[in-house]
Amino acid sequence: MITYLFLGLFLLMMAYLVYFQVFCSEDFINSPYNKRQEAFGEHVVRGEIRSADGVTLAQTLVGEDGTEVRNYPYGAMFAHVVGYDVNGRSGIESFANFNLLRSHAFFLEQVLNGIQEEKNPGDHVITTLDYKLQETAYRTLGDSNGAVIAMEPSTGKILAMVSKPDFNPNTIAADWDGIVSDEANSVLLNRVTQGLYPPGSTFKIFTTLEYMRENPQSEDYSYECTGTFAGEEADIHCAGGSVHGRENLIESFANSCNTSYANIGLGLDKSSFSGLCKSLLFDTDLPIQYPTARSRFVLNEASTEFQTMQTAFGQGETLMTPLHMALITSAIANDGALMRPYVIDHTENYKGITVKNYRPSAYGVLLNQQECQKMQEMMRAVVTDGTGHGVYLGNFQAYGKTGSAEFSNTKGETHAWFTGYAVNEEQQKTIQVTVVVEGGGSGGQTAIPIAKALFDAYFN
Amino acid sequence: MVHLITELSKYTMLILMALFTYQGFSALKRNCPPAKQARKVRRQTAYVYLFHCNAYAVLWFSMENPDLLVLYVGQVLFFTAIYILYSTAYRKASRLVVNNMCMLLAIGFVILTRLNFETAMRQFQLAGGSAGISMVIPFLIDRVRSGFRKLTWLYALAGIGMLGAVAVLGVATKGANLSFTIAGITIQPSEFIKIVFVFLIASMLYTSTGFLQVVKVTVAAGLHVVILVLSRDLGGALIFFVAYLVMLYVATRKPLYFFGGLAGGSIASVIAYFLFNHVRVRVVAWQDPLGHFELEGYQVSHSLFAIGTGGWFGMGLNQGMPGRIPEVKKDFIFSAIAEELGGFFALCLILVCFCCFLMFLNIAMQMKDRFYKYVALGLGTIYGFQVFLSIGGNIKFIPSTGVTLPLVSYGGSSLLSTLMIFSIIQGLYLMHQKEGGARNDRVKEKTKQPGGKQPGEKQNAKDSTGSR
Repeated sequence: MITYLFLGLFLLMMAYLVYFQVFCSEDFINSPYNKRQEAFGEHVVRGEIRSADGVTLAQTLVGEDGTEVRNYPYGAMFAHVVGYDVNGRSGIESFANFNLLRSHAFFLEQVLNGIQEEKNPGDHVITTLDYKLQETAYRTLGDSNGAVIAMEPSTGKILAMVSKPDFNPNTIAADWDGIVSDEANSVLLNRVTQGLYPPGSTFKIFTTLEYMRENPQSEDYSYECTGTFAGEEADIHCAGGSVHGRENLIESFANSCNTSYANIGLGLDKSSFSGLCKSLLFDTDLPIQYPTARSRFVLNEASTEFQTMQTAFGQGETLMTPLHMALITSAIANDGALMRPYVIDHTENYKGITVKNYRPSAYGVLLNQQECQKMQEMMRAVVTDGTGHGVYLGNFQAYGKTGSAEFSNTKGETHAWFTGYAVNEEQQKTIQVTVVVEGGGSGGQTAIPIAKALFDAYFN
Repeated sequence: MVHLITELSKYTMLILMALFTYQGFSALKRNCPPAKQARKVRRQTAYVYLFHCNAYAVLWFSMENPDLLVLYVGQVLFFTAIYILYSTAYRKASRLVVNNMCMLLAIGFVILTRLNFETAMRQFQLAGGSAGISMVIPFLIDRVRSGFRKLTWLYALAGIGMLGAVAVLGVATKGANLSFTIAGITIQPSEFIKIVFVFLIASMLYTSTGFLQVVKVTVAAGLHVVILVLSRDLGGALIFFVAYLVMLYVATRKPLYFFGGLAGGSIASVIAYFLFNHVRVRVVAWQDPLGHFELEGYQVSHSLFAIGTGGWFGMGLNQGMPGRIPEVKKDFIFSAIAEELGGFFALCLILVCFCCFLMFLNIAMQMKDRFYKYVALGLGTIYGFQVFLSIGGNIKFIPSTGVTLPLVSYGGSSLLSTLMIFSIIQGLYLMHQKEGGARNDRVKEKTKQPGGKQPGEKQNAKDSTGSR
């Protein structure tokens, strides 16, 4: 019996070692604390980073004298998502560093290279990025600062990720001092994952979910909008002086009626609302390999009436990253289940033979089926009858929510938001898009055209 | 060129190690005929020399240190001396155990040379000295025989006295009061008390296994364990406790004692967790090493960086960065081996250690003298459990307890005590061979006759694992 006991212990230990090598070693190998990666470059030429449709996004050019230069054919277009290979690295160049510096060339070839003292070709990293979508997002965002992210809700594949202002990764080493000292623009900040913006009216998604949880008969909601809601401290006005008249919940959402949401907000249980936001990834590290900022939501018993009303329609002290909004939208599109966002599809050796596949994985179920159905209905109403009419036409069925978030005390300056998704039943494809245009005015005017361009590019 | 040799040697050394491991286990099989077994054991010996030669060739090319040649030749002579001794003076000893011992020593020499030449030199000197001392043990055991079982009080005094002295007087090394220094030589008594402890428990259980005696044994073992815990040697305490538990169970055959002891041990561990900060630190490092990288998890994180980056085939000798792992020469030597020689090699290493353990238990099963049966069992448990604690801690399978990997890690006390354990086992193989020798010869004669199946035949085949 003692023999078998020890046999069991040793077998378990060996099994654990195998398990560690297969499943956990990646986390440790790619840890920034692990300094072993640097040594690989001596024997391997760094591999390429490519888009899902085969466009080279980063490559190492070897000169005749053996000097190596990392080249990014599309310059700033993929700056934040692909990253750079100098000054501490960022983006895919950083977290796929190990993959790029390993060679799975054929064994005999490696032996031959060893004899001739030549470097082995490193593995290529094939991303989930869609060149056409990235190009569209980059072009349509134009000279504005802001963030665009497109994802596939059923898998979590990131299709496009643009952050502006940007930089040219080809010359970043030379430009470094200028970029770092330019604190006003924070060029290196990936605004998709690290940019904290007031969510404006897109936040009404959260307020609506909380209202539906507290009031099972949410269909019975009714409110008479006169354009102004008289508060004790200050009045709330609807955007652009609109008067929406009598509305139910769906109409309030579609019209993005601030006074109706101020009314809803005052009736909500504050601690329950905080709990809902916490469960929907506020104050949480988002599941992605890029550095992220935590979204912030503040509402408690000490909040004043005015703060409560403001919070209900996305002003107040609430701040969100575009990625966070994208993940919640994805979960709604995917009937409540959130997939972990990922950007590396697989790695292959230089001859194109797959080395490692990365599969979609579920993060968890954030919302139940019924909540999602109602939310989908409302987001559809925004497009058919409300502020999101700009994405109505096309060979797809679009859903979404717009937002115009005030960010300074000077009245009128707003960030334009759109978050939503589009489905094409025939192609059986769904794409989720979140757009923020800094100082872009209203979401319907500046953010929606970008989303529309992405939907068109995706389904055509 | 150097790169090519290193790369190719990764695979050749792995193949040699895998063949060595395979032959070791196939020679263990019960139905393996003695002639075939002798062939396998001879091949194993060849693999030890080839692996050792291959590894030093890589080191010679990559380190470019001419002194390496001296060290290499010295070690070859050392192994040859051991083999000559065991094929002349101790012919009846187990060659399989000798092979495993030499392979583990060779792996230790190689990886220590790669880590630090001076350390490797020192380790080699220590190995030479220790081997010299422990060589007389089989002879001693064979001669003294029953004398050892009567020294109960001496064992108890020596064990508790020494451990207590160290706990009170000893200097604190790395948070544990483990060693004292005499004339410039630092000795860790607990390494030797392990052996004395096994003899103590064996002699007590030999006298009687009645309830009163079990209580006495428990008190004696408890004293050892408590002193070790107080001197913060958690790994040592665990090893002593498990050895006591296993010996008690086999002597009494009462599962209640075993599982009761296990339950008691678990409760004690939980209490220790809340009572001692240094226990909590180990557990924290085990749960999330990267999350506590700066402090608690630093060592385990570096160990896992090494093992992970090494992958299945390793970085190649001298191509990794094992020097970054704290305590790599002692407690974390397994990580260095996994990094440079690879995950597959590391798995083989675990199997070789397990093969040693099986050989220890094998002789325990066969000894007719109950005292030596318990001794073999206790020493086997100590060896097996120490390997488990060491490797398990390195790979984050269990919290790290800071124990060495026997025969591989650097350290004189660990080396000498392990070589002594191996020698005692060899002594038992010799003794057993003499006990059963006459009978074996008889059986052999009879099996030549047609249909001469004897009840003792199976036993004979099993015995022959220990002999050539």
